[in-house]
Amino acid sequence: MTTLAPPAVRVQEPTTAKGGRSGSVVWMAIPALLMFIAFGVIPLLGVLGLSFTTWDGIGDIHPSGLDSWTATLKDPELPHAIWVTFEIMALSWLVQTPISILIGVFLAAFKKYRGFLAVLYFIPLLLSSAAISITYKALLDPNFGLGAGFGVEWLKQDWLGDSKLAVGVLIFVVSWQYIPFHSLIYQGAVRQIPTSMYEASMIDGAGRLRQFFSITLPQIKYTIITSSTLMVVGSLTFFDLIYVLTGGGPGNATRALALQMYQKGFMANLMGPASCIAVILVLAGVLLAQLLRRLGGRGDESQMEGV
Amino acid sequence: MFNSNFSRRNFLGLTAGAAGAAALAACGSSGPSDKGGSGSSSGSASYWSLSGEPGQPIRQAAIDRFNKANPDTKIAPEFFQNDAYKQKIKTAIGAGQAPTMIWGWGGGGLKSYVDASAVVDLTDWLGQNAAVKDKILTSSFGAGTVNGKVYALPIETVQPIVLFYNKKVFEKVGVQPPQSYGDILDLIPKFNAKGIAPFSLAGQSRWTNMMWLEFMLDRQAGSEVFDNVFSGKAGSWSDPQVLEMLTKVQDLVKGKAFINGFSSVTADSNADQALLYTGKAAMMVHGSWSFGIQKANGGDFVKSGGLGWMNFPPIDGGKGDPTNTVGNPGQYLSISSKASAAEQDIAKKFFSTTLVDDDEKAGWVKSGGVPVLKDADSLYTGDDAQFLKDMAAIASGAKTFAQSWDQALSPTAAETLLDNIAKLFQLQVTPQQWVDNMNAVIGK
Repeated sequence: MTTLAPPAVRVQEPTTAKGGRSGSVVWMAIPALLMFIAFGVIPLLGVLGLSFTTWDGIGDIHPSGLDSWTATLKDPELPHAIWVTFEIMALSWLVQTPISILIGVFLAAFKKYRGFLAVLYFIPLLLSSAAISITYKALLDPNFGLGAGFGVEWLKQDWLGDSKLAVGVLIFVVSWQYIPFHSLIYQGAVRQIPTSMYEASMIDGAGRLRQFFSITLPQIKYTIITSSTLMVVGSLTFFDLIYVLTGGGPGNATRALALQMYQKGFMANLMGPASCIAVILVLAGVLLAQLLRRLGGRGDESQMEGV
Repeated sequence: MFNSNFSRRNFLGLTAGAAGAAALAACGSSGPSDKGGSGSSSGSASYWSLSGEPGQPIRQAAIDRFNKANPDTKIAPEFFQNDAYKQKIKTAIGAGQAPTMIWGWGGGGLKSYVDASAVVDLTDWLGQNAAVKDKILTSSFGAGTVNGKVYALPIETVQPIVLFYNKKVFEKVGVQPPQSYGDILDLIPKFNAKGIAPFSLAGQSRWTNMMWLEFMLDRQAGSEVFDNVFSGKAGSWSDPQVLEMLTKVQDLVKGKAFINGFSSVTADSNADQALLYTGKAAMMVHGSWSFGIQKANGGDFVKSGGLGWMNFPPIDGGKGDPTNTVGNPGQYLSISSKASAAEQDIAKKFFSTTLVDDDEKAGWVKSGGVPVLKDADSLYTGDDAQFLKDMAAIASGAKTFAQSWDQALSPTAAETLLDNIAKLFQLQVTPQQWVDNMNAVIGK
């Protein structure tokens, strides 16, 4: 039986996690903390302050108490923007997660071309969102795009001019851009799973499917949470992509919170209400991140029992 | 150990949230670099304007002329895309980093600069330099004037919005250009039957849809409605004629008057122009600057006489004067009040010399525009002569030359307007909702 022992390199000794966590290394957080305070906390306080003022972005700032907040919360556009944000968040998570896991698992096992495929898959992530948006916009143009160019009838839809299709296109482009990144995360996670687990289950007669659901998925639980946090919190801030692709349109069909904030602040010169929306976004981001963290349990139970 | 572990993860969670906040904050800070140069006392002034054909080369040429004639004082230009510029200039002015010379459209945007004391009052300077004032069309000063004082010099071209049409497509289908709104309605099914869109429209840009509303409102209800809105009279949109006009617009959308997928077409990429010169669309309501674009991008379309134009036809039974027009009575250049005295002097010298010289006038005429400078008639020769004469006639013959709504109104009201216009064309609001939404922001 000893011949079945896994190659030792792949196995992380669980004991190593205990090293280097004593209080004496707190100072190592200082550089990151300073950056965080300078570019995170201070602007955040500024935005919070601005949300209690009236300012057109050009002239003087006038404190106005809760005026901006009441205007923002009464605005019928706010629930709509929250709904659109949620819709994009949920749909892009639902599309990206399964595909990323599958590609990740596939890449982890497919050893021969793994390096090549991984690089290939990474390419969309290297492109800027604006460039991707402009490209897709051109490709999907109903009059000069792919459909018209090749004479493919079903491609000649009003992709970005129809409310439902526009959301769909948005999700597609987001997925196209970010699935490679999440696949890489999952690929790394799957490769961390000790091969001895698969070997043991094979002896017990488990098939591929059973192995996937009983070993792979539970083993990458924390990776799923990490990746989901990145997706969910990241989707709150989709701006460049939507702005270039649809400009929030048609009408207000794709106007997510980030876009609504931009429109209020920089187009309509209402910095007060725009700051309120920014505060709402920050709260939503923190809340969602915490929620997802809690979903993962306390994080101190072992995944390596018996290995 | 559990404690330190917990707090670290807590911190990570917060960081993830804050990363979002930081990314958002970054949206706002994409303002200008330090090229505003408000502190520099050297002999250079900055100038921001729009990029793209046909304007940019002429603006660049003017600056080159000035820099050549004044070797020790330099103007450093920067050019931005239309939609990007509108945000950029606002942010720069708000941050006190405005360029010496601020290019704009006058009207409501200019008023917000004046309210913030961001631009210099040019009234006295123009009084002392009557020669400069006399060279510019009087009607163009209106949109550069706030509370009776001139804060911006009219420059470049007078741009009425007109109805362009593709003559070749009209010939192919065997129909005549419309003489009235009724004719337009008759033409729509005829073009659609041949697989040609009746009208090209860059719906995603929103101000393109607005041009339609401007004419429809004027022809239907007359110019008084918007005058009342502009002067801040409560409930100005509540006019049965407005509802009638809005219903007509939605009927156009429902009747497939606009190109398939118009709400995903943008004007910045000139896709709407391409639809007209490629013959995919028969007509287009657009600013007169469209002529220059058609000429530059459309191959021999303009040269071979393919492009036709006319003032927007009257609506049968409408109240509006059919000579009325809408558009830009000029473009405007202001001087930042944050600029140093030396920079302001350079700017004023630029205003009084290069911007009113004959090369400037000839340059804009050559691009297919009607300059704001007087006595350009003799320059209307060659291929563009007829177009230029017609535009000059529309501009000078108009009983009312209204400024484009989004420029005339304050940015806050303009944004609500554009938003509701987009929704109107998308059939997301009813005419009555549109009126209610717009009444709510009158005077804001």
